[in-house]
Amino acid sequence: MNDMLLLIEPLIPALRRYARALVRNSATADDLVQDCLERAVSRWHQRREGDPRPWLFTILHNLAVSQFRQSAARGPHVALDAADERHVRQDAVQESKLMYQDVLDRLARLPEDQRAVLLLVAVEDLSYAEAAKVLGIPLGTVMSRLSRARERLQQELEGGANGAQKGPVQLRSVK
Amino acid sequence: MNHRPITEDDLHAFVDRVLEPERRAEVASYLEAHSDVAERVASYASQRDLLRGALAPIADEPLPPQLNLSRIIGNRRQRVAPAWWAVAALLLVSIGGLGGWVVRGALQTSGAGLTALAQEAAYTYGVYAPDRVRPVEIRATDSAQLVQWISNRLHQPVKVPDLTASGYRLMGGRLVATSHGPAVMFMYDDDQGARLVMLTRPMLTDQSAPMAPHSDDGVSGFAWADDGLGYSLVGQAAPDSLKPIANEARRQMRIL
Repeated sequence: MNDMLLLIEPLIPALRRYARALVRNSATADDLVQDCLERAVSRWHQRREGDPRPWLFTILHNLAVSQFRQSAARGPHVALDAADERHVRQDAVQESKLMYQDVLDRLARLPEDQRAVLLLVAVEDLSYAEAAKVLGIPLGTVMSRLSRARERLQQELEGGANGAQKGPVQLRSVK
Repeated sequence: MNHRPITEDDLHAFVDRVLEPERRAEVASYLEAHSDVAERVASYASQRDLLRGALAPIADEPLPPQLNLSRIIGNRRQRVAPAWWAVAALLLVSIGGLGGWVVRGALQTSGAGLTALAQEAAYTYGVYAPDRVRPVEIRATDSAQLVQWISNRLHQPVKVPDLTASGYRLMGGRLVATSHGPAVMFMYDDDQGARLVMLTRPMLTDQSAPMAPHSDDGVSGFAWADDGLGYSLVGQAAPDSLKPIANEARRQMRIL
């Protein structure tokens, strides 16, 4: 029990970060992480020896995917007030904050599978092999998705201010 | 210069800083000679920095109470230790056996999903909650027997949620026959005698479904499904006060 606490607890902030960047809603993301932790605690004995990080991310990712499926079945729920969001951005004076917000907005336009690969590899520092395990896809697919994700994000970023206006999907609650 | 050719994968690994030093040096000298590729790689690296910078604050936020791991572990221990009594089971229909009761209305409901379950739960509440003589077949005081009984027919472990933190004590349980197979009903009451019913059965459809509110004839409830088992918690309390109880029940059910 004790090693479980010691091994899992330090990973919770990263799990939250991944969940929030993926589902783009902090309450939903924390619910997913909570669900993930409860499952991890009850299935601790089922994990393989070694670093529990890929295992935890796998649980979390699968929960996020079923969440996506459910919300897709219910219809889009990201009816965000784009105008408000834009105000928030203008009020945030720091340039770096603006750039950060911008990159998150652009990231949000990537297809979910590309977003997941990019986040796991570039932000969460999972190895390509670990990302493949988490996503349940071959290594080659990880590489091609990563490549597409970076290319697409670059296009988005270079799209500049025009892109910001047309995009229907805005982040919320991600600061 | 007899190097292996540089691949796209190398470029990404370069950006992600996972190359062996030797290969890294090879990629670096390649980039020096190819400014267009170098530019692209630089843009990927700056994306990476931006993303990390933008998302870093999330990992620095204090964790909310719901993500307190010691508590999650503690909650589980509390329930697991004294609580094989709390493991209940579902069984196949045995009409007339042990007070089983056919939910007639359910025969007319279409589908076997969450909506049907919600309706069955409301009917079950309507029949048993007003019963002052024998609302439950087996009382909470004989919970070991309750568990054994249900466990004999168990194909899938089901737990009895402990709702004492919400002010509701377990009164006991009984089997209920529905048109979608057997269901287990657990009944709870509070100090004022207000009763809650939770109905649980295996789901043919909607094997996993998010929590949804329902109400019918002054009885309101919340239904959800996880891993092939459906749950509906119903009562006459206001939905606002029922919802946290349903959330708590779901949380407990997910920990096994």
